[in-house]
Amino acid sequence: MSSVLYDAQGPRAKQRNVLFTGVFLVAAAALLWWVFSSLSDKGQLDWEKWKPFVGTEAWTTYVLPGLENTLIAAGVAMLIALPLGAVLGIARLSDHRWVRVPAGMLVEFFRAIPVLILMIFGLALYSEYSNVGSDDRPLYAVITGLVLYNASVLAEIVRAGILSLPKGQTEAAHAIGLRKTQTMVSILLPQAVTAMLPAIVSQLVVIVKDTALGGAVLTFPELLASANTMSAYYGANTIASFTVVAVIFVALNFSLTTFAGWLEKRLRSRKKSSGAVLSADDAAAQGAPGAGTGATL
Amino acid sequence: MEARENVFDFLEGYDLLGAFWVTVQLTLLSAVGSLVWGTVLTAMRVGPVPLLRGFATGYVNVVRNIPLTVIILFASLGLSQTLGVTLGGGDNFDTINFRLAVLGLVAYTSAFVCEALRAGINTVPVGQAEAARALGLSFTQVLSLVVLPQAFRAVVGPMANVLIALTKNTTVAAAIGVAEAATLMKEMVENEAQLILISAVFAFGFVCLTLPTGMVLGWVGKKVAVKR
Repeated sequence: MSSVLYDAQGPRAKQRNVLFTGVFLVAAAALLWWVFSSLSDKGQLDWEKWKPFVGTEAWTTYVLPGLENTLIAAGVAMLIALPLGAVLGIARLSDHRWVRVPAGMLVEFFRAIPVLILMIFGLALYSEYSNVGSDDRPLYAVITGLVLYNASVLAEIVRAGILSLPKGQTEAAHAIGLRKTQTMVSILLPQAVTAMLPAIVSQLVVIVKDTALGGAVLTFPELLASANTMSAYYGANTIASFTVVAVIFVALNFSLTTFAGWLEKRLRSRKKSSGAVLSADDAAAQGAPGAGTGATL
Repeated sequence: MEARENVFDFLEGYDLLGAFWVTVQLTLLSAVGSLVWGTVLTAMRVGPVPLLRGFATGYVNVVRNIPLTVIILFASLGLSQTLGVTLGGGDNFDTINFRLAVLGLVAYTSAFVCEALRAGINTVPVGQAEAARALGLSFTQVLSLVVLPQAFRAVVGPMANVLIALTKNTTVAAAIGVAEAATLMKEMVENEAQLILISAVFAFGFVCLTLPTGMVLGWVGKKVAVKR
């Protein structure tokens, strides 16, 4: 599309391109110079502040344990949320009103509430009504918040995946005498899962990003929290620690996003399944109006 | 008078409406900011200058993959405390943190606005841009007079989703101590006993903010969509 928006470039347009490029470069250089000079004024660029990341100690003591906690929280949350989301999504498609309506209300309710509110609720819940040790509570609270929110988002993805299948699939299944449960389990779900895979992988990005909330607000010792501990231990190397943590987050999530895109492309080109392939955006667009999900926001 | 035990007594001494008002302010200011910056990014991304195109693509890909919490914490620890940016807040930390939170939310949300708007541009038929170019319009004119107005009408629904997500994301400002709803909830939950009631009140507050947004904008989206 982009090439449709403008004509092939003539000499004047090329000149203008050079001008814009120049102006942008000058502005960017000025900004970078300001950042670097202020950073070195504060001593943040001193080798002392960055040296810990060359050795192994900072990695084995702070970064890797933090990353491990991030991955554990994200993985466990996904493993619990996925079946729960599938059940809720299928329940929303039920023929029975008393199943469909409560499931729908549950999904819409938890999608409308910030995940941080759910995490704070979880933390207080475990400290008041359970005997989970105070060290484990943040992990439990983070997972609870992530499960409640993401199960309802995944429910919408599952529902959109099943609705994306052609009607003929259900009709053919009924014609050969399958019952409703059989149709769902052996005809619709297997095809829908392939269609939903890219959207599910994209949702994993959201989960990984949201674990950082636990570190910042609930004292859950994940990757972001490890940056704070590090900068306290290595003499206020805030910029260095945060840069390392941000790079790790970007690398992790970028590979997940790329994998989701590759999966979507591959599934679309395979054309074996009869259903469409859902990206995260499609799933959000097909969801019921009301509290939306906004793709991987 | 023998006061009957009121179930909502625990609300006394807390500025619940004030906290939600801060949430609303954060949402609206960030929404306007990210709409503007997101549109500029989109223009760069589909424009003829290769460097700007590369910058916008890189910006969106990087920002989409960083947790918002990291961005907002970095705005506070890096921008404000290390680089000394106060955003005109003087030495009032509440004002500075509020503005930093808006800045972080704008930086983050505009990447998603850009993605939504680009998808909207793709729904505009190629013939529209071709016709506009045939009339001799420049890139800026093609974009601002012909393509973007149609694209905006197509993306009201997806933008509503971004706005709702933004409303919920304002709670992340709790990480740098902005006195919005999540900060107040954390404080109340720690000091008061009625956990379930407090949570229900805050959940209700957010449902009140997000559900109508989705419904109204969903309706508007259907109303203004270009029928093709």
